[in-house]
Amino acid sequence: MAVIKAHGNLLSTATQRVLACLYEKEVEFQFVPVNMEAGEHKSENYLSVNPFGQVPAFEEGDFKLFESRAITLYIAHEYTDKGNQLLLSGSNKSMAVLELWKEVEAHQFDPASSKLVWELLYKPLFGKTTDTAVVEENEAKLAKVLDVYETRLSQSKYLACDYFTLADLHHLPTIQYLLGSPAKKLFDSRPRVSAWVADITARPAWSKVLAMQKK
Amino acid sequence: MAVIKAHGSLLSTATQRVLACLYEKEVEFQFVPVNMGAGEHKSENYLSLNPFGQVPAFEEGDFNLFESRAITQYIANEYTEKGTQLLLPGSNKTMAALQLWKEVEALQFDPASSKLAWELFYKPFFGLTTDTSVAEENEAKLAKVLDVYETRLAKSKYLACDYFTLADLHHLPNIQCLLGTPAKKLFDSRPLVSAWVADITARPAWSKVLAMQKK
Repeated sequence: MAVIKAHGNLLSTATQRVLACLYEKEVEFQFVPVNMEAGEHKSENYLSVNPFGQVPAFEEGDFKLFESRAITLYIAHEYTDKGNQLLLSGSNKSMAVLELWKEVEAHQFDPASSKLVWELLYKPLFGKTTDTAVVEENEAKLAKVLDVYETRLSQSKYLACDYFTLADLHHLPTIQYLLGSPAKKLFDSRPRVSAWVADITARPAWSKVLAMQKK
Repeated sequence: MAVIKAHGSLLSTATQRVLACLYEKEVEFQFVPVNMGAGEHKSENYLSLNPFGQVPAFEEGDFNLFESRAITQYIANEYTEKGTQLLLPGSNKTMAALQLWKEVEALQFDPASSKLAWELFYKPFFGLTTDTSVAEENEAKLAKVLDVYETRLAKSKYLACDYFTLADLHHLPNIQCLLGTPAKKLFDSRPLVSAWVADITARPAWSKVLAMQKK
């Protein structure tokens, strides 16, 4: 069995996305920290695993992969019989529903929420000043996305179907950060979104990712 | 056989992405124009097809989908026996290569190329003024992405493998847009990227999408 290495940075939401998936699937792996402050992610060595010089990157023996959502999909397929089922098997129409909500996370939720995380969490961490206009703009955008989620979650227990899948998992890192910011109110004010957030952030696999950050 | 309806706007790159896929798969469909100038995409009727009020949306009988890349993935799976093979079947590792390059298009190529298309193509079209600093910033970003493509295309005839797949198809609308702008130089100055661009934009299915715009 080839060794799995997850390269990344524990502060990075994309890295956390992959770690969450590995823990959900109960797959053994080595975490290989990438020292971004020292510019390691732009080193020739690292560029051979991720030519865009971003985290995370994934290795399984000779097999290499990057882009967090390509990595999670690979893990979910390859280890489909281990740990929690993160996919939605069935007809092409059933599988399309999972694909849809994964696209929604990537193209609707993530842009607005990532900008909020940058302004409200990373900037203060790096001693920079939050741009309140950008915050307001993206809170308004995220609010509209969450209105769609509120409606969806009245039809479906989780985003894609009645159980937790990659579509929900992909949200965890950004949601966790926003829970520690004033933007938390956007979740709190929407009952079904709020319940879904509480549910998915309480998952044991996610707690393991959070525990890594505390070491 | 349920009727397929593709709702959208011929000016929209996301709509064109879906049309390209339908033509590649030689699947019969009705194109249902959405009058965005009149705000039709925000009408209650349309929101029932795409709750984000964006184009495109897809119907096949009672089945309803949105997000262009979820739609193309569904079409490619459902009609796998028809038209051009757009998927990469095989082991999970093999399929991951397609997923990777689809993610790269969506998260590396699309953001920079979309902003460039907006500044250099759509703004002039709508009588708005190009912001040259935004254009320069995104030309620089796109240049870095295309450097990675130049390296990739030295190892692989198309992005995911040795034949045209969804990973290549998804690029067509933004590429076509940029070919009509000064940003074309970014493709021209990279021989393998330039050859790939010429090849994929010459595909008969893509010509059919372009022909729709001329009517």
